[in-house]
Amino acid sequence: MTTAEWLDIGWVDQIPVRGSRTVQVEGGGDIAVFRTAEGKVFALLDRCPHKHGRLSQGIVHGGAVACPLHNWRISLSTGEALGEDKGCTPTVPVKIDAGRVLICRASTLKAAA
Amino acid sequence: MEHRPLKPDADTREHLVVIGNGMAGCRAVEELLARDPTRYRVTIFGAEPRVNYNRIMLSPVLAGEKCFDDIVINDAAWYTDNGIALAAGDPVAAIDRAAKTVTTRSGLSETYDRLLIATGSDPFIIPVPGKDLPGVIAFRDMDDVDTMLAAADAGGDAVVIGGGLLGLEAAHGLSLRGMKVTVIHLMPTLMERQLDEAAGWLLKNALEARGQTILTGADTAEIVGDGRVEGVRLKDGTLIPASLVVMAVGIRPSVALARDAGLAVGRGIQVDDHMVTSDPAVLAVGECVEHDGQVYGLVAPLWDMCRSLADGLVEKPSGYRGSATSTKLKVSGIDVFSAGDFSGGDGCEDIVLRDASRGVYKRVIVRDDRIVGAVLYGDTADGNWYFDLLKRQEDVSNLRDLLIFGQAFASGGGAADPKAAVAALSDDAEICGCNGVTKGQVVSCIAKGAHSLDAVRGTCKASASCGSCTSLVENLLALTLGDEVKAGPKTICKCTSFGHDDVRREIVAQAMRSIPEVMQKLHWTTPDGCSSCRPALNYYLLCALPGDYVDDQQSRFVNERLHANIQKDGTYSVVPRMWGGLTNPRELRAIADVVEKFNAPMVKVTGGQRLDIFGIKKEDLPAVWADLNAAGMVSGHAYGKALRTVKTCVGSEWCRFGTRDSTGLGVKIERMSWGSWMPHKFKIAVSGCPRNCAEATIKDFGIVCVDSGYELHVGGNGGIHVRATDLLCKVATEQEAMDHCAAFIQLYREEARYLERTAPWIERVGLAHIVARIVDDEPGREALRARFLYSQSFSQDDPWAQRAEGAEAEHHAPMARFTPQEAFA
Repeated sequence: MTTAEWLDIGWVDQIPVRGSRTVQVEGGGDIAVFRTAEGKVFALLDRCPHKHGRLSQGIVHGGAVACPLHNWRISLSTGEALGEDKGCTPTVPVKIDAGRVLICRASTLKAAA
Repeated sequence: MEHRPLKPDADTREHLVVIGNGMAGCRAVEELLARDPTRYRVTIFGAEPRVNYNRIMLSPVLAGEKCFDDIVINDAAWYTDNGIALAAGDPVAAIDRAAKTVTTRSGLSETYDRLLIATGSDPFIIPVPGKDLPGVIAFRDMDDVDTMLAAADAGGDAVVIGGGLLGLEAAHGLSLRGMKVTVIHLMPTLMERQLDEAAGWLLKNALEARGQTILTGADTAEIVGDGRVEGVRLKDGTLIPASLVVMAVGIRPSVALARDAGLAVGRGIQVDDHMVTSDPAVLAVGECVEHDGQVYGLVAPLWDMCRSLADGLVEKPSGYRGSATSTKLKVSGIDVFSAGDFSGGDGCEDIVLRDASRGVYKRVIVRDDRIVGAVLYGDTADGNWYFDLLKRQEDVSNLRDLLIFGQAFASGGGAADPKAAVAALSDDAEICGCNGVTKGQVVSCIAKGAHSLDAVRGTCKASASCGSCTSLVENLLALTLGDEVKAGPKTICKCTSFGHDDVRREIVAQAMRSIPEVMQKLHWTTPDGCSSCRPALNYYLLCALPGDYVDDQQSRFVNERLHANIQKDGTYSVVPRMWGGLTNPRELRAIADVVEKFNAPMVKVTGGQRLDIFGIKKEDLPAVWADLNAAGMVSGHAYGKALRTVKTCVGSEWCRFGTRDSTGLGVKIERMSWGSWMPHKFKIAVSGCPRNCAEATIKDFGIVCVDSGYELHVGGNGGIHVRATDLLCKVATEQEAMDHCAAFIQLYREEARYLERTAPWIERVGLAHIVARIVDDEPGREALRARFLYSQSFSQDDPWAQRAEGAEAEHHAPMARFTPQEAFA
């Protein structure tokens, strides 16, 4: 449940495996919430460090997502661009509690601002 | 099988007769031919009515990963080319050592100067009541596999008695073939001769997770059935129903012939270091022999034995000294490796690594600073390295601390380079287990001119079977040739060593049905691929299995997932189909309404004569599609690797130069070809006269109408590298133009690599190939056209309509929304 520290955004099952959903933060950028093939959930600002492509629309593979605009690969755990590219997207801590996805309130606000 | 006269009259060479057309017998002959191809006249007797095949690959055949032709080691031509007489399907029944003759069951008799017995082993059948019932079989030869396949086709329950290597491979194959499988194992853990308890337990869990029932500590009392097997009863009374029972409890050297002939036989036919039996004129090799008190049931020792044997036959005796053995389980997705002795005992140290989350277990047993055994589960990449250290009895004291982390660590950072890892292997390290090829053999085959993976596969057979050693062979190529290495076909991406064409071929050959299956069978190095290979595999499967394959949305680029074009600001553009470029007031009005209603900032006429509506928000897409659908318009697929547009000019209906109805033909062609997925985008145009107003000569398929008919053009591209079309042919009727178009599209769909447009494809394969397939080969063209239309019967549904009706609506809505107060609270 939503607390001072964590925002409850819904069930894990609402995020497609190897896919993503978004969380809208009014007045700020969207947060993209990913679920990997292994069932891990990650949250990042929905904005590629390169040309601000929507990472939520990319192809999720392993622990990374390929940006749909120019195919940069971004690590879901660190937000860092992988390979030759340099850049970083803010990450938001996630925890799963009884099937519910909770994202860190302070980090969400900081990332979305 | 018909017998040819086995002895050409003029041949006075010493006659070598081989009993056994299996892996040992034929390998011995191969080794002999390699040393001196002319010295002996060779006759081989085989009990099975087949050429020589790779028995250890029966499991992949059963599992459907290979077919019989894939596992043939030497085909009929090999026997002919080497002057070898083969009598297959007629087992030898007796040996007369005094007369130096062998006699077959059918009565054929043959004299020998030297005799080689390579009768292998027989499956052990436990003497329980019911063991002879129809439906009870062993797992030993191709006939057994055929029996199992027939049983699997009928469906039902199977019981496999024996949880060793062979039993588990049989169970895996039957399970993949759709049977409900129970494995009965007498011992407390599976594969107890190869694995320790911990690894056995992991294996049991993995198999149970795949739906098999594993009963350990289970003792078979009887096999029950009235005229045919119906089940297996255990000693504790449990009855397991079964329409097929596979006995895989072990093998015994096949020694009956040798014993009857009076040769010295212990557990196997006794041989010396040169594989000579108690009779100097008789040799024996393979699983049927006993050397120094040991019998072997694995393939690797055969190669060692055959080398010593052949050396002896050409009088350069080398001497066999016994073999260390290692095993791998050929069950796709479950990596198990075992070598040497792991039973522990005095002075043995165990080094163990467990990584539960990765499902990895490794145990290396060291005695007196030497590796004596290794068990690897889940990650077997270092198996060859441990086995090599074991065989060489290398002192590992200075590697001791890092040994368990594998070669990359233990050899110090440098070996993180796979080439360095391969360089560190000794010459007799085994590279290819399927074909028993060592590093030294691969290197020498490269040195003799095999400068590509295919050439190595063709010459020394390394990596030609299951392919799991492909990267090792490639590293050896790179290592041996340095910069000279000929680049093989480009791989799809870094996740695989296979190129596009190989993957497509294997998908069809192995009848693969899903992306994970392809990745598993072709040894993908990443858990779920990447953004390059997944869309390609998705397309290849879709093309190979129209109507059958379940499309993987998460392996599609966002445009194809959302049926609209993503633009740089994250909004989408939407293009409704306008057949042949035609429109009407109702469609125009609907488009205008959508533009107003959703505040689209721009509408543009595209290069393909359609209207593109820009700046639509993702969440508005379903409503936009609903409005356009309501006016009768469907998706223009302007976002997909698919048929885009058919551009037309006005043609004979209005134009004073037009020779034919190019607009009408364009509409017909678009109706035929819309909705089809392609390796890349595909554009068509129809011009009504040679003035070519529709610019048909820079399209993937272009038609230029002329007085006498239709000129068909292919491979044009108005993209980065402008390419004018090649003229494919000229046809007389509209129908022929349509048929050629359908056949061409299908050829492109089946043969081009993903993301390869028609222009580079045609330049790669040559126009002559296209002409041969489409123009010259009428039945072939008709078959291509039929396959295209069959595929189209599944793909011509409007993706917009489904989404407008609410399918996958969650893709368009955020999962949650937070207002500042709530979020900032």
